[in-house]
Amino acid sequence: MPLDAQIPSGPLAEKWDRHRFNLKLVNPANKRKYSVIVVGAGLAGASAAASLAELGYQVKVFCLQDSPRRGHSIAAQGGINAAKNYRNDGDSIFRLFYDTIKGGDFRAREANVYRLAQISNEIIDQCVAQGVPFAREYGGGLANRSFGGAQVSRTFYARGQTGQQLLLGAYGALMRQVGQGRVTMLSRREMLDLVVDEGRAQGIIVRNMINGELETHAAHAVVLATGGYGNAYFLSTNAMASNVTAAFRAYKRGAWFANPCFVQIHPTCIPVHGTYQSKLTLMSESLRNDGRVWVPRQAGDQRPPSRIPEAERDYFLENKYPSFGNLVPRDVASRNAKEQCDQGKGVGSTGLAVYLDFAEAIQREGQAAILKKYGNLFQMYEKITAVDPVKEPMMIYPAVHYTMGGLWVDYNLMSTVPGLFVLGEANFSDHGANRLGASALMQGLADGYFILPATIGGYLAQTPAQALNPDRPAFVEARQASENRLARLLAARGKRTIDDFHRELGLLLWDSCGMARNEAGLRRALARVPEIREEFWRNVLVPGTSAELNQSLERAGRVADFIEFAELMITDALARTESCGCHFREESQTSENEARRDDANFSHVTAWEYQTAAAPVEHREPLAFENVTPSQRSYK
Amino acid sequence: MSDTIRLTLKIWRQHDPASPGALREYAVGPLSTEMSFLEMLDVLNEDLALKGEEPVVFDHDCREGICGMCGAVVNGRAHGPQPGTTLCQLHLRHFRDGDTVVIEPFRAGAFPLLRDLAVDRSAFDVVIAAGGYVSVNTGGAPEANTIPVPQAAAEKALDAAECIGCGACVAACPNAAAMLFVGAKVSHLALLPQGAPERDRRALDMVRRMDQLGFGNCSNERECEAACPKGVSIGNIARLNREFLRASLRSEEE
Repeated sequence: MPLDAQIPSGPLAEKWDRHRFNLKLVNPANKRKYSVIVVGAGLAGASAAASLAELGYQVKVFCLQDSPRRGHSIAAQGGINAAKNYRNDGDSIFRLFYDTIKGGDFRAREANVYRLAQISNEIIDQCVAQGVPFAREYGGGLANRSFGGAQVSRTFYARGQTGQQLLLGAYGALMRQVGQGRVTMLSRREMLDLVVDEGRAQGIIVRNMINGELETHAAHAVVLATGGYGNAYFLSTNAMASNVTAAFRAYKRGAWFANPCFVQIHPTCIPVHGTYQSKLTLMSESLRNDGRVWVPRQAGDQRPPSRIPEAERDYFLENKYPSFGNLVPRDVASRNAKEQCDQGKGVGSTGLAVYLDFAEAIQREGQAAILKKYGNLFQMYEKITAVDPVKEPMMIYPAVHYTMGGLWVDYNLMSTVPGLFVLGEANFSDHGANRLGASALMQGLADGYFILPATIGGYLAQTPAQALNPDRPAFVEARQASENRLARLLAARGKRTIDDFHRELGLLLWDSCGMARNEAGLRRALARVPEIREEFWRNVLVPGTSAELNQSLERAGRVADFIEFAELMITDALARTESCGCHFREESQTSENEARRDDANFSHVTAWEYQTAAAPVEHREPLAFENVTPSQRSYK
Repeated sequence: MSDTIRLTLKIWRQHDPASPGALREYAVGPLSTEMSFLEMLDVLNEDLALKGEEPVVFDHDCREGICGMCGAVVNGRAHGPQPGTTLCQLHLRHFRDGDTVVIEPFRAGAFPLLRDLAVDRSAFDVVIAAGGYVSVNTGGAPEANTIPVPQAAAEKALDAAECIGCGACVAACPNAAAMLFVGAKVSHLALLPQGAPERDRRALDMVRRMDQLGFGNCSNERECEAACPKGVSIGNIARLNREFLRASLRSEEE
């Protein structure tokens, strides 16, 4: 089957308009005859669910937290991009499009990214109307700040908690629909399988996490907004419950998985400090606006930072990339930090950290001004490390943060399973091989507020509005498969804990499929993962039963999927022998150790099709660049 | 690199709402003082699993103090001894070797217990559904800068909007009142021009729903403010009272 992305014809700037005009509409009176399931209630899921309900569809929303206000979008700190050009600094929709597609190292679709830039402005309007308390200038207008990978100031923010404020806006919109009876909200439910019947996504199997009961839900379309898979690495900046299960189950039911090896490793996180560590904490990229990244010039220099004179410090990003300095994109900043540490210049007790220093900014602007911008981030840092960044530079190190890969979707955000739509981080669509800061919130909300509500109508208009029957064999089979799987997890009663397996998998991925990858390492990992999987199912220890609130069982199911999914990630990383964005293949670098893309052979999206008893089949969607010319990214 | 401590934990164990619960004692350590409180529970749970016992159920997710999912009463204080700190951000450096630490769930009539330390806080969602939003459909928004908001008002609104909905205020209040939670949302929207059209109805509806759900009333104990990990001020309760009074006097509704 050739991959048809359904990209509309016509000039770039007119594609989305034309497409919306050409989409079939569902008559307002008929909308209530259609039901839609939305899985996940982060930015993408909540905004989609609220908007679909406003249109008149019957919506059921599922999330695994106790409330839809807790999706991990809430932890996004820095901001959200939009091409408003409020600063009059030369920004435009085309520039936001260009920065985003260049930032993604030319591995995203032009049409999608352009649409994203167009919609960015409507998102800000929408969120302001909802009462999101964005930062303001004295005159009452919206304030902006700069972010990595851009030379204009286009990021809208609410202190260091923009994600929280945007999510609470979407959550409010969602709860308004719940209050009006247009949305049924089912929290503490975990999706265990997708039901594909008559060739279309028609429902899901969920586990009620309070009493353990399996539930079957049917609908005319299923929307996954279930986030990314960064927790495959065990340690990441993701929330503890973030997982790949919903997306991976959909993959096993026929949705192809695109670019799974594209994993963003964020440069500014609090370094690892012990084996008991359960997660890594991000320090917003916005800190790089005022913080200067440095290491001692001399490898092995053990002096405290205050004792290292200016001349003996290497501000390596400023020196190497004079035009972007500390604001280079995330992949470049991360790789350079790793390079410094590999040369023995890392700081702190583990040597796996670099400094992020605010001394100069504090001297320039005063402590109060800096605290106003970053106070809550400084506080968060101090809580975790007991060090005050006003007095001593922060120590930071890269950590797994965001996954650009995800389920393959066409321009309508529909996967290869008809009726299955995928939004936000769970899809692969807009960030190519590297996501720029402040564009995840933009994409999640573009998908949820504006794109899906338009495109889902095009699908439903051609789908019969018949009553659905959850007793059909496809539902019964999916439910039985979920039940069997839970029983198998509980039956092993082995000797190793779930986290023990997860930690092993995470280390393997970090070492072989992390900031730098090479063929030998990937092959070793690919041989090792099936051994971990085999032992997991034989020797995992899952206490309790399935008919109760059982957090171990929840985790075990997620880790089982991460293990299987890891194979797919590694397979994808092996197949892509070029370097691009986050994906740095050591075999493919320039003489200056920058990533060397191979446009002749890899200007495509790789989408993997699941096979029951064989290796996944690789499909390619070629990427055509008609409006920008892919260039070697240079931030010097 | 770091010190280690040993602690005696007394944790509330209760299999389900219908079963009786009790405090059970566990000796833990040596543990690095760099460890977080929830990582200590992870370590304990790994241990319990290996010994064939049931791990302690507790809610948590982001582990960086923003999702509002975690929370327990530690030595009598919601989210533990550190001010302005969620349970996930509490680190063992704030405890001393040999300490006994009592860990109990957030208790309130409106927050029924699920298991061990996990409670059901969905009543908060019900209160928000009663009016904690601006009624604007997607697509109907004017150009963002046509709604100027004075910087001070935006900052004050954000102070209130920082609420993470963890429920510590309710757990800390002797009346199990949700006034700080409701006051924070009502204030956030009352301080902004976008919230003005529904200002009266919002205050009336949210307070009415809060009462129906069994939350208590405020008697100025200020425990909520002390427990709030985000420093939401009880000034927001005063504003809620003003908003409610104002709305009661002005409203066309009975």
